[in-house]
Amino acid sequence: MTAQADDELWSAIADPSRRRVLDLLVSYGDVSASWLAGRVPFSRQAVSKHLVVLERAGLISRRKQGREVLYQVQADRLDQAARAMAELAAQWDRRLSRIKRLAETAHAESKKRNPHEG
Amino acid sequence: MPGLVIEREVVIDAPVEVVWRTITEPDQMSQWFADRVELAVEPGAHGFMEFGDQGGPVVVEVVDPPTRFSFRWNYPHGEEPEAGNSMLVEFTLTPEGDERTRLRVVESGHELLAWPDAEKQRYADEHKDGWADYLDHLTALLAKRQPR
Repeated sequence: MTAQADDELWSAIADPSRRRVLDLLVSYGDVSASWLAGRVPFSRQAVSKHLVVLERAGLISRRKQGREVLYQVQADRLDQAARAMAELAAQWDRRLSRIKRLAETAHAESKKRNPHEG
Repeated sequence: MPGLVIEREVVIDAPVEVVWRTITEPDQMSQWFADRVELAVEPGAHGFMEFGDQGGPVVVEVVDPPTRFSFRWNYPHGEEPEAGNSMLVEFTLTPEGDERTRLRVVESGHELLAWPDAEKQRYADEHKDGWADYLDHLTALLAKRQPR
């Protein structure tokens, strides 16, 4: 998975209300939409919409228990997202350290050439 | 819809002008970013970057020497980068004395730009700790709950 290609996943996690729902699901697991609605400052309808988006991004799944629908986090997908993000951050760290090395070398060389400047 | 945001920072022992040249000159860029870079450093300029046997177009956005430089790219998709299909890379250079520069890079998904400023600010505030930290927090919580 490349993170750039996975807009659905990042959009799903980026919304603060959805992160709230995701936090609750990670902490408690196997809960219903009404249970979630009782613990967030937005409507039951909003909770349902967020659950749809999170499910579409593969971050949660649902199962039926009797007449209730229960939601849980997909741990593998979350791990995968965390790894992809860490890799992107590491990529920038590698680029920044190359920039640092190039700039510091260039600076040191110009100081050697013009010892009275800069 | 917001997208992906990555923020990283490094402190460099060189004056801001030297760092500026390192991040904006194509022959320097090819040493830290792509294998080959063809780019005129002026706002709106279209260029090209090569990574191994693949490449993609790049468009320069902001050129404000020696403190701000940004460009869009959408490697590996290969379409012409514009708001809506690409990643925006923004460099900010802050001099810290004569021989030290703080360099910050933010790479963000396209969706962020379409937001009202108040929303952007709220979003930025909420992401002070960064995405990696948020995801780490979630996976740590999960590991606690479901020992694997």
